[in-house]
Amino acid sequence: MRSPLIELSASGLYCAAGDFHIDPWRPVPRAVITHAHADHARPGSQRYFTQRHGVRLLERRLGSDQVAGLEYGERLRFGEVEVTLHPAGHVLGSAQVRVAGRAEVWVVSGDFKRQADPTCAPFEPVPCDVLITEATFALPVYRWPETADVAREVLNWWQDNAARRVPSVLFCYALGKAQRLLAELPQPPPAPIYTHGAVEAINEIYRTEGVALPATERVDDGDQDYARALIVAPPGAAGSPWMKRFGDAATGFCSGWMLLRGNRRRRGYDRGFVVSDHADWPGLVDSIESSGARRVLTTHGQSDLLARFLRERGLDAAPVATEFEGEAGGDAAL
Amino acid sequence: MQRFSALYQSLDETTSTNAKVDAMAAYFRTAPPEDGAWAVYFLSGRRLKRLVGGARLRRLLVETLDHPEWLTLACYAEVGDLAETVALLVDGDADPGAGRLAGNDREAAGQAPGLAALIETELLPLGGLDEAEQGERIQVWWRRLARRERFLFTKLLTGALRVGVSQLLVARALASAFELPRATIAHRLMGDWQPTPGFFAELTGPDDGSVAVSRPYPFFLASPLEKAPDALGPAAGWLAEWKWDGIRAQLIRRRGRTFLWSRGEELITERFPEVVAQAERLPDGTVLDGELVAWHEGVLPFAELQRRLGRKRVGPKLLEAVPVRLIAYDCLEIGGRDVRDSPQVVRRASLEQVAAAADIELSPLLAFDSWTALAATRDQSRALGVEGLMLKRGDAVYEVGRRRGGWWKWKVDPLSIDAVLIYAQAGHGRRASLFTDYTFAVPDDAGELKPIAKAYSGLNDAEIRELDRWIRRNTLERFGPVRAVPAEQVFEISFEGIAESSRHKSGLALRFPRIRRWRRDADAASIDSLADVRRLLTLGGSASPLAD
Repeated sequence: MRSPLIELSASGLYCAAGDFHIDPWRPVPRAVITHAHADHARPGSQRYFTQRHGVRLLERRLGSDQVAGLEYGERLRFGEVEVTLHPAGHVLGSAQVRVAGRAEVWVVSGDFKRQADPTCAPFEPVPCDVLITEATFALPVYRWPETADVAREVLNWWQDNAARRVPSVLFCYALGKAQRLLAELPQPPPAPIYTHGAVEAINEIYRTEGVALPATERVDDGDQDYARALIVAPPGAAGSPWMKRFGDAATGFCSGWMLLRGNRRRRGYDRGFVVSDHADWPGLVDSIESSGARRVLTTHGQSDLLARFLRERGLDAAPVATEFEGEAGGDAAL
Repeated sequence: MQRFSALYQSLDETTSTNAKVDAMAAYFRTAPPEDGAWAVYFLSGRRLKRLVGGARLRRLLVETLDHPEWLTLACYAEVGDLAETVALLVDGDADPGAGRLAGNDREAAGQAPGLAALIETELLPLGGLDEAEQGERIQVWWRRLARRERFLFTKLLTGALRVGVSQLLVARALASAFELPRATIAHRLMGDWQPTPGFFAELTGPDDGSVAVSRPYPFFLASPLEKAPDALGPAAGWLAEWKWDGIRAQLIRRRGRTFLWSRGEELITERFPEVVAQAERLPDGTVLDGELVAWHEGVLPFAELQRRLGRKRVGPKLLEAVPVRLIAYDCLEIGGRDVRDSPQVVRRASLEQVAAAADIELSPLLAFDSWTALAATRDQSRALGVEGLMLKRGDAVYEVGRRRGGWWKWKVDPLSIDAVLIYAQAGHGRRASLFTDYTFAVPDDAGELKPIAKAYSGLNDAEIRELDRWIRRNTLERFGPVRAVPAEQVFEISFEGIAESSRHKSGLALRFPRIRRWRRDADAASIDSLADVRRLLTLGGSASPLAD
């Protein structure tokens, strides 16, 4: 029997017919990268290929200048196969990877979401025979609220704090979530927005790539007054000495995991806001169905459950063990 | 319902005590009295009887949804709370997208029932319906309510609604909303009352000094002594007593009637006929504070008392096997007068008088002339079957709730053993997605590991997460929600007491086991054996500190 078009090697998802990896977790000669988050983009490979808007993000992550940028839909030939990238709606430059060869089409979804996001191109369903999909939030309890409603919640929280002269520190991923939240706030914002250095560095890249973001200023303690400000920081800054300058600040955390009350209470943030850059349950099921795939491989998160659900609906489905992590803050991470 | 639900959400979203009090006060100022009464009822920790069992609600949820049963149950396992699972999975007509007025507006417009109306005309009558009709009504309400209200409604159905505020905070909020002394509200909240508009009016009305005949006083709670007692100043200003291993109770004798209240404000008069008989000798207008202990020629272990606690009606056999008496240590009312503001020594003198006349057992004062001498006395605690000492400042007034300063509990150091982790299970609620319920074992003579204790607390958040990751990576077997892990991680387990038990595989039951520390330095070969643990039994014996 012939080996599948894409299989799991010790280094990650591997296409032998084109001799390249997708989001490998060990150094390889040729790596196609779905997006620049750390669990998908790891350093050490010789050559990287990613969507054009993600090149700077990837270069920053990897410290490599061997990154080639592709337009969505641009055809790349590797050995016997043709590779194209298609919008995944996850973060700026995120892509699904379509691999066509030997009369078959495979798609690796990478991380994706179906909600509108002003900072990146919207997800496009890509017809395929075999789909390798993420399953981070593959349970029917995960259904995201409207982003506009959440943005309003964030705004109200910020304004309530500002009225009491309490700084509002909002924790979210430095890449993607932070920019999406900023872009969803009303323009111009009602008070200054400051950012952690890790966030500001990504903001600058987004702006260079033509994404409209509100004015933000990196926290530098010059003559900055935080009393009425919104401060956007990565979750890793929580509890660090960096936080001391804000005194008794109110803290909020943006994550899909914040949908569950237990998570909101356990994390120790004052507020949890339900925002995820991953597909929720209806998003996952709809994307899988509209791909027309007859075989579905599920990775990270609730991969067993999603595969079982799909099998019961008559699809050929199975979990595949990758080292992708989904959205930090699940299980015990973070 | 929306107003209360909004209040519930604000309380849930903040850890600031002041913010909680402000939110409650704002609610009470504007809530109609019938809703206010129910809000006080729930906020002060009272609960409805369970109207529908958890298993039945799970079935109903499975039937309501189009998902396969296993998927709905997987959702429940992920969320860890049935009411929240219902709230998230069911699509309500009022959920986003359904074109609705905001919560308070709907309630004001009469489109949605208030808290009292929902409970009294919808929820409580469900108990009397047959299963099919009950199920239909519940489904109708699941759909009619928006997500947050659906959560509360389901919590109320299961009788498990808990709000993270204390009765004292509720009293603070009411006091602030109605400009009344906090102590007045705290006292009015005690005991047995029904959540009626009349009660709410009485609760929030002006102070007229009258007291319902059965109403207990708020208990004064001692704080744990964390340092050596020298920090309390000269020993001469203090009284010391044994800290009894029983249950705290308040005995009320007023207008020829007797009421016995537990610290949880449960009326337990009928469960302790022998205490009621004692109380009949007390003059009217007397309220005593003390400890109920199992007593037969001395104090019996707490395990014996437990045999009496679960029973509403006590048969003559059990009454004879486990007699209970009240050991009094304070008096709060004498001759119908509230004496809580008198100094400790004055109350003690009154107590001695009234107890002597009625032949009520007193908690004896321990003689000591220095803290060192008292420490030596404390060392006898374990042998005497008591938990340690109580220190009471001679001029302490009887406070409301836990106030530091007047009363300290100076407990004996807990016992401890080293045991190994063998099973883990996910917690509930706040800990639903983490493995936080642990089972520990020690080897018997044949070297076979026997479960010795379950513990849920004692690790910090970072340790919990680390252990959670280890458990996930090292799972040997799954039995439903339980994971078996290799016997590698050693923990020091502390506990307050130990007793023989035929219900446990190890033959031993530990009291209040918790994790003292994670012994990363130890391996499973070095832990205590079952025989080692059994030897501790002799320490937990119960000679009596009172001559009978």
